[in-house]
Amino acid sequence: MDQVRLWTYVFVILTFGIYITIAWRSRVKETKEFYVASRGVNPVANGAAVAADWMSAASFIGMAGMVAFLGSDGSVYLMGWTGGYVLLALLLAPYLRKWGKFTVPEFVGDRYSDLVRVVAAVCAMVISFTYVVGQMTGGGVVFSRFLGLSAEWAVIATGIVIFFYSVLGGMKGITYTQVAQYTVLIVAYLIPAVAVAQRMTNIPIPQISYGSILSELDALRLELGLDRFTEAFVGRDGGQLDVLLVTASLMLGTAGLPHVIIRFYTTRTVRGARFSAFWALLFIALLYLTAPAVGAFTNLNLLQGAKGSTEADLPAWIAPWSEAGYVTVNAPDGIIESVSNAADSGADLIVSNDILVLASPEIGGMPAPIIGLMAAGGMAAALSTAAGLLLVIASAASHDIYFRMVTKEKAPEKQQMLVGRIAMACALVVAIFAGLNPPAFVAQVVAFAFGLAASTFFPILILGIFWKRANGTGAAAGMLTGLVFTGGYMLYTLEVFGLSANEHILGVSPEGIGAIGAVVNFAVTIVVSKLTRPPRPEIQEMVESIRYPAQQAPSAERAAEGAASEGAASEGSAER
Amino acid sequence: MSDPAHTGTGGHAPPPAAKDDWRRQYWKKNLRLMVVLLAIWFLVSFGCGILFIEQLNTIVILGFPLGLWFAQQGSIITFVVLILVYALRMDWIDREFGVAEAPEEAGQAAGGER
Repeated sequence: MDQVRLWTYVFVILTFGIYITIAWRSRVKETKEFYVASRGVNPVANGAAVAADWMSAASFIGMAGMVAFLGSDGSVYLMGWTGGYVLLALLLAPYLRKWGKFTVPEFVGDRYSDLVRVVAAVCAMVISFTYVVGQMTGGGVVFSRFLGLSAEWAVIATGIVIFFYSVLGGMKGITYTQVAQYTVLIVAYLIPAVAVAQRMTNIPIPQISYGSILSELDALRLELGLDRFTEAFVGRDGGQLDVLLVTASLMLGTAGLPHVIIRFYTTRTVRGARFSAFWALLFIALLYLTAPAVGAFTNLNLLQGAKGSTEADLPAWIAPWSEAGYVTVNAPDGIIESVSNAADSGADLIVSNDILVLASPEIGGMPAPIIGLMAAGGMAAALSTAAGLLLVIASAASHDIYFRMVTKEKAPEKQQMLVGRIAMACALVVAIFAGLNPPAFVAQVVAFAFGLAASTFFPILILGIFWKRANGTGAAAGMLTGLVFTGGYMLYTLEVFGLSANEHILGVSPEGIGAIGAVVNFAVTIVVSKLTRPPRPEIQEMVESIRYPAQQAPSAERAAEGAASEGAASEGSAER
Repeated sequence: MSDPAHTGTGGHAPPPAAKDDWRRQYWKKNLRLMVVLLAIWFLVSFGCGILFIEQLNTIVILGFPLGLWFAQQGSIITFVVLILVYALRMDWIDREFGVAEAPEEAGQAAGGER
């Protein structure tokens, strides 16, 4: 284990050195650099940055294990967290980029009204904050597990590194460190996955080869008290309807999350935004296609080792995890006959979701350096997501509320930058404190983030772009009903803030309510907009203008297609 | 919305000289592309991966029940392809209508217009 610790230090210090160097080199002076990296980010780099921004500590560490134990129904996360990018790429990214300002509340504020701006800024802060606390503790888990640091120091160390590059470099610093972080995390994820696949099936392509172990895995899972991996709608209580709604909520939430959307403001062109979305999903898919394979392989290895054995003859890789509290053996008659990932299941062997990925290098028989790299990858995932979220919090406070609402756009550039940096630092300090004493509800509250993004932002963004008639009154009403409906159901069904959990209505879980909330928001926005006055002509004109990437070029540049656009070509000036 | 004009690909039928006509055509093409791609998106993820997963699971290829494969692999691969097709196809439509961005000036384009 000492070898492992040494290598972990080597990789963590090395990668942190890289991040800090990048941050120093991309330090910024202007708000345009601070909020949108001067809109000069190359689409491939932006894609990698989106991917790192998106894949959190939970995606990196926990998802494969979660999918492994959920079996087929784990696909709600796999499809939900990738399918949203199709919506983002086709319905939002190019148009928001064309409109081209700094934040998401800024778009809805300019499109609808100042009331909507404030509601959106508050929602953006709440959503991002619940998320960032998870990243701080996630980073802490990696530090304490691999480096033996105390959890407190681990969280503080995480915070200091993020502080350095986000306050100094803003969006620009964050972007280029995220590119480095993506590289670290994907390499760390794929190497052990390939090794495990090679060892278990002799085919080094995990995404293809995990099919060949599925029937063996199914049989073993039945013997050990789990459902079959391949059977649909048994992993979650709500059955098919719930799987459908959760997938939809995660998709709509993904498309509505502010920290992902703002990344599309950083490209130079509308075309760049479209291609960024492609690169982003391609980079994300590399991990998401691998996760179920890693889950299936490590799950099989674990079950093979556990079945019928006593605590003493479990596979060697389990021992250190059991010391760290990730594995509990509780077999009354000494022999393991059931396995679960739920602490309250009463199974003979209880395993945390997290270890399936973190232990994959050991399962694949990889040497110590790879295990160290894995730790650096987990850190990269936590840091990159946290930085992106902090920028949303800071920009909502400093740009949307202070600059646009308090000073009415009169603050000079220097002052805006200062306020931006101070807001960023404050957000980080609060996040560190929350990370040190994670409020008990944090685990539950991540469901809030997606549900709220789906039921507040997504509908009014879509209508704001595609329906000129949508107005401020409608959007405010829609957002607030979406918020109250979704938040209300979550409070009703989750055990948070001292409330007790109630039965799910019709089997709809709190994670799935966001999709219904989005429908409610759409309906309310449309009806109320119809009943009230249409938006001012200049706003309708703005909606019209974001539909076309550039002003129409003179006809010479267009080939034979001239006919259709002849009329428009001659009047460059008439183009508003 | 009705669909009166099929002039999109040929481009020879001279449309009425209304100055915003190209805008309508451009937008219609964009919407049509979007609807087709989103239909595929829905079919593969919600259709194959959720609604019909049990029926598809009776077919097994390389050890994968087909429904499970769609839910865990096929849908994600399709999503990536859909976004690529959209980006490439929109490039083409932008050029056809002369609204493609020139790389150098695009930086100001966004800031310049209100």
